[in-house]
Amino acid sequence: MALDKIGIAKRIAQELQDGWYVNLGIGIPTLVANYIPKGINVEFQSENGILGMGPFPFDGEEDADLINAGKQTVTLLDGASIFDSSLSFAMIRGQHVQLTVLGAMEVAENGDIANWKIPGYMVKGMGGAMDLVASAENIIVAMMHTNKKGESKILKKCTLPLTGVQCVKKVVTDLAFLEITKDGFKLLERAPGVSVEEIQKATEGNLIIEGEIPEMVF
Amino acid sequence: MINKTVKNVHEALTGVKDGMTLMLGGFGLCGIPENCISELVKLEVKNLTCISNNAGVDDFGLGLLLQKKQIKKMISSYVGENDEFERQMLSGELEVDLIPQGTLAERCRAAGAGIPAFFTPAGYGTEIAEGKETREYNEKMYVLEEALHADFSFIKAWKGDAAGNLIFKGTARNFNPMMAMAGKITVAEVEELVEVGKLNPNEIHTPGIFVQRIFQGKDYEKRIEQRTVRPKL
Repeated sequence: MALDKIGIAKRIAQELQDGWYVNLGIGIPTLVANYIPKGINVEFQSENGILGMGPFPFDGEEDADLINAGKQTVTLLDGASIFDSSLSFAMIRGQHVQLTVLGAMEVAENGDIANWKIPGYMVKGMGGAMDLVASAENIIVAMMHTNKKGESKILKKCTLPLTGVQCVKKVVTDLAFLEITKDGFKLLERAPGVSVEEIQKATEGNLIIEGEIPEMVF
Repeated sequence: MINKTVKNVHEALTGVKDGMTLMLGGFGLCGIPENCISELVKLEVKNLTCISNNAGVDDFGLGLLLQKKQIKKMISSYVGENDEFERQMLSGELEVDLIPQGTLAERCRAAGAGIPAFFTPAGYGTEIAEGKETREYNEKMYVLEEALHADFSFIKAWKGDAAGNLIFKGTARNFNPMMAMAGKITVAEVEELVEVGKLNPNEIHTPGIFVQRIFQGKDYEKRIEQRTVRPKL
């Protein structure tokens, strides 16, 4: 069965490593924070100016002066710090943040990503996404493998305006865990109960299948 | 001590004219100069270019200036929460320049730091790099981005003193410190204007040299855009 959003977040959470600073985008990526593997310590960076971001506040304890990049009220964990937008993006561009997780509308087999603009629709802006994808050493994209019409979003070449070029390293979709290599999308794992054939059918970009492809383990 | 105190918001905005370029601090509705925005509405200044990370919501923040059609051009990184903004943008009444958030912050900081331009990797290979100089350093490509200056910068801080020293609270800091640096005239409104000597110099975020006028604001609404909570156990 294909993964739901929580399943995608859980699989990405398994990639977290002890001591990492991590920036989570809006949507599925935000859910990753709920599934940090036991025994490891990571700190979440929010690009509006927090390191050591905690969970949402208890009802009645929300503070208008404490929000995340999605403008949601949040809390600070012990050891947290606050800084301005320039310093925040210095952390990001300077590659002090080890992992960026974000959503995408399209990803191409060369690592290009499109996630900010659909021509003909209201353009809301890129926010911090262009800075994040241009800078991060390690980018994992969380997304659905196909759109609502069933068309692949895992492409040879992006059709939408790009957010960044040749930057995505890994992709976790509802169907598969993929790694971007110089030859295309290498299939690392299948979602539980999803066949290689189903993944192949849903993938427009070059899919590299080597040997037995294991199922994700949760 | 050079005294930067002005009586009120009205005096603080003396000299603001039609067609000026303004910077307004804040991220979403967090840390926005509420008093200065209300005064800009009252002054009815028009054809403004506003540099701010976001454009407020329909009935708060920069949305108030949009309602009165006072803004000619917005320079922001994300503008998604405002129907009037969308209407004016799609009808062509409002010019919009979208800039990656980190680039926006650094362009403000650069202006205040005497750096005319800098290379950043953000946006390389995308449409926002079109027409801009690019250069390779250590096998990575960068885009040349220029400093952003403003006639006036409007800043919101938590505490300040007559010398213009500022301390921000929580994520209300965001763009405020670098926009304070980039304004020809920087106006700081603070929740609490304290006596000189009461702020610990070790804890000042923005030194008074970047602030030309300061006043104690009032009636802060501090609206929350996305109130998100978890139930008490």
